[in-house]
Amino acid sequence: MIDWSFLIEVLQKLLAGLPLTLQLTGFSLLIGFILAVIVAAAAASRIRVFRWVANCHVELFRGTPLLVQIFLIYYGLGQIPELRQSFLWPFLREPYWCAVLALALNTSAYTAEIIRGAVQAVPAGEIEAARACGMSGFLLRRRIIWPIALRQGLPVYGSEIILMIKGTSLASIITLNEVTGIAYKLISSTYRIFEVFIVTGALYLLVTALTGLAISLIERRLNVHHAYRRT
Amino acid sequence: MTAVIRSVTNASPVNQAISVQGLHKFYGSFEVLKGINFDAAEGEVISILGASGSGKSTFLRCLNLLEMPSAGHLRIFGEQVNLKPGEVNLRIGDRKQIDRLRTQVAMVFQNFCLWSHMTILQNLIEAPVHVQRRNKAEVREEAEAMLERVGLQDRANYYPAQLSGGQQQRAAIARALVMKPRVLLFDEPTSALDPELVGEVLKVMRDLAAEGRTMLIVTHEMAFARDVSSRILFLEKGQVGAEGSPSELFGGGVSERFDQFVSRFNEG
Repeated sequence: MIDWSFLIEVLQKLLAGLPLTLQLTGFSLLIGFILAVIVAAAAASRIRVFRWVANCHVELFRGTPLLVQIFLIYYGLGQIPELRQSFLWPFLREPYWCAVLALALNTSAYTAEIIRGAVQAVPAGEIEAARACGMSGFLLRRRIIWPIALRQGLPVYGSEIILMIKGTSLASIITLNEVTGIAYKLISSTYRIFEVFIVTGALYLLVTALTGLAISLIERRLNVHHAYRRT
Repeated sequence: MTAVIRSVTNASPVNQAISVQGLHKFYGSFEVLKGINFDAAEGEVISILGASGSGKSTFLRCLNLLEMPSAGHLRIFGEQVNLKPGEVNLRIGDRKQIDRLRTQVAMVFQNFCLWSHMTILQNLIEAPVHVQRRNKAEVREEAEAMLERVGLQDRANYYPAQLSGGQQQRAAIARALVMKPRVLLFDEPTSALDPELVGEVLKVMRDLAAEGRTMLIVTHEMAFARDVSSRILFLEKGQVGAEGSPSELFGGGVSERFDQFVSRFNEG
């Protein structure tokens, strides 16, 4: 029989870790997005060195497992004496900031690619029409290129947000008590692996489903013209 | 204000709208335009004809610098356009000047190129409000009046994708007009339209021509060019092949090449 009272108890305990999960997601998405904008700008730069650095960044953080990145940052950086002396150490010795840094670097690589693709997909004719109306520079980007790119990139970025929510579960490996970290502890005290992970999975599913819903609502608001597209 | 003063002080007596001298354009080593000299006076309606590959679209696009010429001089309402030498093509010398002149020399594209993320009304008020910095409420009123003129008053809040090609092109013409430009450039405005939608766009253009607007039109619509233009510019292999009034040129005998072009067109 299903032991409902146990499941509810598990859920209550897991919910205590949800704020941390959401915090890790939020911070790393924010920092990752800012980084991604810089990387995408560098990738589109006329200066070859910038393009090279941007491409390396993307290849490096997209091409290695997130878990390895977390290990490298949490265990690896502490091996560098200079870093231990520096002003960064108070941050980098905290598992919390190591997790945020790893997640942010990881998402910045994917997001930079999403941004690059979305900007490239803006129809050349619409940019040309804006130029022909006397737009250029920041105005052209702010009024035409970015809004169109946003509409192109948002569906893909929604997936990236969901990947990040799930990615935070790896932070449990470096002692953080987010949802998965708490689940681990519950298992070692109760040995009821199946039930605990079912509830854990369900909780992630709920959060990602709500996120998906929010994204599609925003898409709907922004994509009115596609919603009614004539064929 | 400076624009007005400059164009008044520099204006030549015939009220020259656009003047081009020695216009060359290279794509790599291929010379698309081979030294074109051309003047358009205010109020003229000039059809630019030519076979595909003759350089007519490139020529038109050089007039608002969507295409950078490789050499040559361009004056718009007497104002010398500031161009700097570059590697292959000239480069823009004064971004602000170009942006200002482009609102005076508006363009209508073959593929309409309305901004897909904005409604038709938003498309119309975009440049007047954000480029020309005019009062939004006033522009909005003018935009609505303009939509009524082109028969789209009930489509103001639609998105471009919800309109037919003919409606989109009429909206694009309205978008150009709301900037109050002094010259209108049309780059094959009906070439992307289904045949049954061509008429509605040509009608709007006829009305504009009848108003005395200065228009330069790259087109394949021979009947329209003959009836509406005050002058024909026939380009051939990047050079001016023939130039004159429609009655002169279409009467035949002025230019053998032009006659051939027209007869081929009528066969095809």
